[in-house]
Amino acid sequence: MTDTPQSDSTQDKKSGTLEFRNVVKEYRVRGAHKTLRAVNDVSFTLEPGKTIALVGESGSGKSTIAKTILQLERPTSGEVLIDGRAVPKRGPALKRYRKDVQMVFQDPFASLNPFHTIAHHLERPLRIHKAVEPGQTVDERVIELLERVNLEPAKDIAKRRPHELSGGQRQRVAIARALAPGSRFLIADEPVSMLDVSIRLGVLNLLARLQREENLGVLYITHDLATARHFSDEIMVMYRGDVVERGPSDEVILNPQHEYTKTLLQAAPDPDRLGQMRDEVRASLTDSGT
Amino acid sequence: MSDVATTTSVPPADPAEVDKGKDETRRVRRPVNGKFIIGATMLSLIVLFAIFGPIIAEFDPRNSNNPVLVPPDSTHWLGTTSLGYDMFSQMATGARTSLMVGIVAGLIAVTLSILFGVIAGYVGGLTDEILTLVIGVMLVIPGLPLTIVISSLVPGRSGLLVAVILGITGWAGAAVVLRSQAQSLRNRDYVSASRIAGEKPLRVIGVEILPNLLPLLTGQFLFGVIFAILGEAGLSYLGLGPTGSISWGTILNEAQAGGALTRGAWWWFVPPGIAVALVGCSLALINFAIDEVINPKLRSAPLEARRVRKAKAAARAQKRADRAAKRQEAKA
Repeated sequence: MTDTPQSDSTQDKKSGTLEFRNVVKEYRVRGAHKTLRAVNDVSFTLEPGKTIALVGESGSGKSTIAKTILQLERPTSGEVLIDGRAVPKRGPALKRYRKDVQMVFQDPFASLNPFHTIAHHLERPLRIHKAVEPGQTVDERVIELLERVNLEPAKDIAKRRPHELSGGQRQRVAIARALAPGSRFLIADEPVSMLDVSIRLGVLNLLARLQREENLGVLYITHDLATARHFSDEIMVMYRGDVVERGPSDEVILNPQHEYTKTLLQAAPDPDRLGQMRDEVRASLTDSGT
Repeated sequence: MSDVATTTSVPPADPAEVDKGKDETRRVRRPVNGKFIIGATMLSLIVLFAIFGPIIAEFDPRNSNNPVLVPPDSTHWLGTTSLGYDMFSQMATGARTSLMVGIVAGLIAVTLSILFGVIAGYVGGLTDEILTLVIGVMLVIPGLPLTIVISSLVPGRSGLLVAVILGITGWAGAAVVLRSQAQSLRNRDYVSASRIAGEKPLRVIGVEILPNLLPLLTGQFLFGVIFAILGEAGLSYLGLGPTGSISWGTILNEAQAGGALTRGAWWWFVPPGIAVALVGCSLALINFAIDEVINPKLRSAPLEARRVRKAKAAARAQKRADRAAKRQEAKA
């Protein structure tokens, strides 16, 4: 067994990488003798303090990448490496990996168990990974985590159940849960797409702040190019399982090379083109009417 | 950006409940279900009878030194049988056996259906195939004949054995439901989240999935109990029940053998029959009440039906009033 001493984890916050190397994931299509290639030879490296945005339409393989990183799916070929070593498949070694890599789900209404209190959701990762500093109780740590994600009054929130919180509050709880084990890498799978537009920025700013404070490596999965540009250092555009374009955020947005990226950019709402579409529709209506 | 802290709980279905929802406990109080009250009252009376009946009964249920076939009077509250047993004592002792058989069989059935159904649904793959096969086999084997065969093979059946037999023959239907429910729960994000947090599979099933199956399990347990009590009564009536112990079913069997009906000894067979029917009825009522809480569609259905009825009645009254007014006009 390749053991990392426990004390490393605090110093390691500054170093270490999560690498995705030549990963292919195929699904068998039920009822047909063929396979669906959801992820086609994708490689990237997640570094502490850096954010990579993964942009693409539904079904382009974004979530499959998230599931593969989190070991909920096994890659057909290729591998996931942490600190240069292959990710363990099971046992205590996999548990240590889970301490390092955590996830925030898209739907805050589905990612919290309706049966359990908020405190339970935060306690479990703390207990499983023994992630409480000496001289601190689990309860104190839970309160601290809730306060870090701006959920006040934390004592009151901890006692509640998920259905008593709003979508934004739940997503903050989910973020706190992902941070609880002391993770180094965070996979955020469309963390704000299910939230009201008015609170999206708040949750995104919170994520950005926590990333700075913890020096997290973040994989930000989204289909919103605007937030991807503001939130991340690098953008990868996926289309039907392939990474069709990648590069520094501004570069990809301002100087798109691939056809699909251009289409995506055109589809984004642009204040300069306000009312343009309406005029187009009206024009075509009057044409066909006369 | 901490101004998102304005909480909104799930909107209550009834606008009248909105104000209540804002109180300190933040819980929407539901009106207590009438079916539940009736069912629970009946059931608790029967349970109290099973607990205290044998204590207050004056006679030993197995003592036959009583006058024979006495109708109910002040000494023998429920009369005596043709062998001189006191019916009240027999009923009280029988209640204990019948309820014990029901509860033990219900527990066994629920445990087995969790073992097979939830594990098949959660684990999937080959395990699922094998467990589903077992469930399928148990499902198509007709329950009562199998029970009859098993209990006729075993000599010297105790009440507990009958309960075990009823338990292991009556779990398959519940397992099918649990399997599909577990399959749906397995793919919920919160289950993935707990796996990502590093929970072990057993804990995922026990702590994340099972609590969300609890309402379903309660209903299945209650139906399991009904099935077992009726099954025990049926088996005993056929002479295949527990030997050497008294239950409502064995009383009915003896009443049949002793020709209670032809002799007009109604006090011999009516009380155990009513008792079995009451237990079944009370458990079914409780079950319906639970169903309504789980499934809000069922809860609002009677209300909607009433609203439609009222609207129709109002329309009819209006029409009648119009016609009367027209007639008045015509006369004038």
